[in-house]
Amino acid sequence: MHVAVDLLKKQFPSEIVEVVEHRGDTTVVVKPGRIRDICRFLRDDETVSFKYLSMIAGLDYAPQSPRFAVAYNLYSHKNHDRLTLKVFLESDTAPAIDSVVPVWSTADWHEREAFDLMGIKFRGHPKLKRILMPDDWSGYPLRKEYPQRGH
Amino acid sequence: MGIEEKLGYNVLTTTLEKLVDWGRKSSLWPCTFGLACCAIEMIVTAANRWDIARFGMEAFRASPRQADLMIVAGTVCKKMMPAIERIYEQMTEPKWVIAMGACASSGGIFDSYSVVQGIDLYLPVDVYIPGCPPRPEGLLYGILKLHEKILKDPFLTQQYREKLAARQEAA
Repeated sequence: MHVAVDLLKKQFPSEIVEVVEHRGDTTVVVKPGRIRDICRFLRDDETVSFKYLSMIAGLDYAPQSPRFAVAYNLYSHKNHDRLTLKVFLESDTAPAIDSVVPVWSTADWHEREAFDLMGIKFRGHPKLKRILMPDDWSGYPLRKEYPQRGH
Repeated sequence: MGIEEKLGYNVLTTTLEKLVDWGRKSSLWPCTFGLACCAIEMIVTAANRWDIARFGMEAFRASPRQADLMIVAGTVCKKMMPAIERIYEQMTEPKWVIAMGACASSGGIFDSYSVVQGIDLYLPVDVYIPGCPPRPEGLLYGILKLHEKILKDPFLTQQYREKLAARQEAA
């Protein structure tokens, strides 16, 4: 078991939903409520030291419910180590989660991308507007119901 | 026959239209910009092996105001289209457009929400060059076809003035 999992279980016992180990990669599924605290803890803890956020991915699991999820790929330069945090969002119609820009400023553009293509709102983001699509675009192209053709 | 008889072989006579068309086709100045992999083929067309300078075209102009040929080389995203339209508007008349490759001609394999399905939806295209990407020979062949077209351009006639008026109206 990954050392970060033990730390998280000790620090946030009620937030952990599931831990998945697959071919040496660890994914921790957590509840959305305290994501910013969890991220800050993983960043600042001396042992795991996840100081770098590689990527934020928006996920659409339609027609399942909860439908939307956000995945955070963390990296530790100190330990050459990776960890994935995954959060399923509460609302299927207006998905939203706290922004982690105060934790890693690189989250800025990653969150804007997830907002642009998947329509996930990040509460507290400094400038949540479209980043890849034109500003006047309507709809979220990577959602499952979005038509691939006919534009 | 006519004036040539008096002047001997010292003078060539032609029509103004032919002379100007010949001048225009012999020194087309393309606009410098590339959008995708087609641009790489366009770059090697300008380099020594294929040598676009043979057709008086080696001066790729970085400013659209000095260019009269737009080679749209590559996939055009919908977000890129306003910029390309602006470059086209900035070019001075007379101007021509080559749609290079499958993407610029029809959207190519990118039948998708974000890609323009052929730049002829926005710009008046003179020559379409198929290929993904077209080889430099293909681009040169397309350019030679454009030369043929320019040589036949009746720019002094009523037809031309109507064409120009229509183009300005569309813009």
